[in-house]
Amino acid sequence: MTAYVMCFILFLVGLYGAITRRNLVKIAVSLSIMEISTFLFFALIGYIEGGVAPIVDPSDPAKIYVDPLPQALVLTAIVIGLATTAMLMAVIIRLYRKYGTFDIREIKNLRG
Amino acid sequence: MNPLIPLLVVIPLAAAFLIMIIGRFIEEFNKYFASLVLLVLTCISFYFLFTTGEKISVYKVGGWEPINTIPIGIYMVMDGFSVIVVCIINLIGFLSVFYSISYINRYTAGNYFYSLFCLLIGGMNGVVLSGDLFNIFVFLEISVISSYALVAFGVESNELEASFKYQILGGIASFLILFGIGFIYWRAKTLNIADIKAAFGTGSDKTTYLFIQILILSGFGLKAAIIPFHAWLPDAHSSAPSPISAMLSGVFIKAVGIYVIIRLFFNMFVISEAMAVLITTLGTLSMVIGVFLAIGQWDIKRLLAYHSISQMGYVVMSVGIGMILLSRGAKPEIASLAIAGGLFHLVNHAAFKGLLFLNAGAIEYTLATRNMKEMGGLAKSMPVTSATSFIASMSISGIPPFNGFFSKLIIIIAAVLGKFYLLAVLAVIVSIITLASFLKFQRYAFYNKSDNNRNQAIKEVPFPMVFSMVVLSIICVLLSLLVFPEIRDAILAPAIDILTDPVKYSTSILVK
Repeated sequence: MTAYVMCFILFLVGLYGAITRRNLVKIAVSLSIMEISTFLFFALIGYIEGGVAPIVDPSDPAKIYVDPLPQALVLTAIVIGLATTAMLMAVIIRLYRKYGTFDIREIKNLRG
Repeated sequence: MNPLIPLLVVIPLAAAFLIMIIGRFIEEFNKYFASLVLLVLTCISFYFLFTTGEKISVYKVGGWEPINTIPIGIYMVMDGFSVIVVCIINLIGFLSVFYSISYINRYTAGNYFYSLFCLLIGGMNGVVLSGDLFNIFVFLEISVISSYALVAFGVESNELEASFKYQILGGIASFLILFGIGFIYWRAKTLNIADIKAAFGTGSDKTTYLFIQILILSGFGLKAAIIPFHAWLPDAHSSAPSPISAMLSGVFIKAVGIYVIIRLFFNMFVISEAMAVLITTLGTLSMVIGVFLAIGQWDIKRLLAYHSISQMGYVVMSVGIGMILLSRGAKPEIASLAIAGGLFHLVNHAAFKGLLFLNAGAIEYTLATRNMKEMGGLAKSMPVTSATSFIASMSISGIPPFNGFFSKLIIIIAAVLGKFYLLAVLAVIVSIITLASFLKFQRYAFYNKSDNNRNQAIKEVPFPMVFSMVVLSIICVLLSLLVFPEIRDAILAPAIDILTDPVKYSTSILVK
């Protein structure tokens, strides 16, 4: 249970960072922290007490395996996360070239 | 097994890659190929609209059959509700892509534009057709990432800023959704929507269940820009190229936001009164606050974007009224009337909001400004744009005999019959304010005398843009035919049937 609580705290740390930081790159890092906490949560829900890696061993039918599905989901989600982070970083670089700053308070053309 | 279902996802994804490869060698290939692909997709989706009806067809990816009635493959489901949304996605998609044949001349890098556009369409079709929760997330991310890129397509400072905001809020929404999916898998040990319904139906602990519902509602609510989550929408939708604004506002927020919320809350969760009241409240707030934010805008695309929030509020509110009535178990016919009004307004909004954004794009194309104060007197020089935007403005403000009138009428009648008098009054007031704000748009853009002479030299936009606008305005008028009971029964009734019946969706998928 402790692991789940820690994982949720990590998610909140990321959310806090994304809301309060002023630096564009730090916001992107906070988003990555949220992302990692979600992946960790997926890894945790697939774990079964005393389970081993899910490679079927015909000689020992009583063996307990961990759930392989969340691991497959995490792999897919990591690839998606890579794409979103790359996209975000590309936009941050273009913003830096336009405004010459990473401070989000300086970037406020759009209002109302 | 219907082998045509996956084509709706496979064709646009393949087209995206072909455009990038072949477009390098053949000039102008991208424009005509993308239009052809979207035309084919529109034909396929209308074929489904006429053949689906009451039945639910399932395609199992990879041919994995269920073992002991436990589904193990990825399911794609085509039923009465998803077929309507698929039709509007591909139809508005075709008209926008045809429109951009001339509009794209404002930009360079046409190959990237059309490739991202095809990915956007493929992702949205995937979200709507998927019967599996994690696949909804994957397709959602495909379409959302391409929309991030398309919003930033102009790479000027405003576009980049809008795209950055959109990406941060979109990223938070994606992780909330992923967290919710994790919780659901933890509790139900399955990801198939029909199977989750069966697993949750047999009593589960209330606290986790409520937490999951809140996570899913806030995640998809952020994608749909319901009011407390709306901050990104006006920036993103007004900064994108106009055909993309038409796609994002007309279709995208419905396909990845409203559609998924309606589908999951009706067909996956057991409808509870608390959640139904929450959804209705959010919808009413969007409806009222969205229109007040829109009044003061002078940028046409920002004005239209705020009206999208308000009009989506109508859809969410009326579906919420249906949910409240269903959860009380009383008056099922009024509940189906409210849901019918919501779905009807969803289809109508796709038509007139798509048309309005294409009109705004046409004005921007000729005048190179989006500020209403700098326009005026365009009715003579741009007659088609003026006439079509008049039809669209009257539709969105609910003037008979255009389509918006009938859907708002159904929503208001359902609210009165269900004894939600306050909501009915608010819906009428919001409709009047919408009319005021669109009369301002008409007057300043098309009729007000302009004091500068350059407006005399303006000509009507090229043929592809005119064609798309005229077709959409004809659709705006034709959609009001859906109010007749015979046509409504053929198209809207199967969707309402699948939403109001609590077990039909899950049982008919699980036995196949």
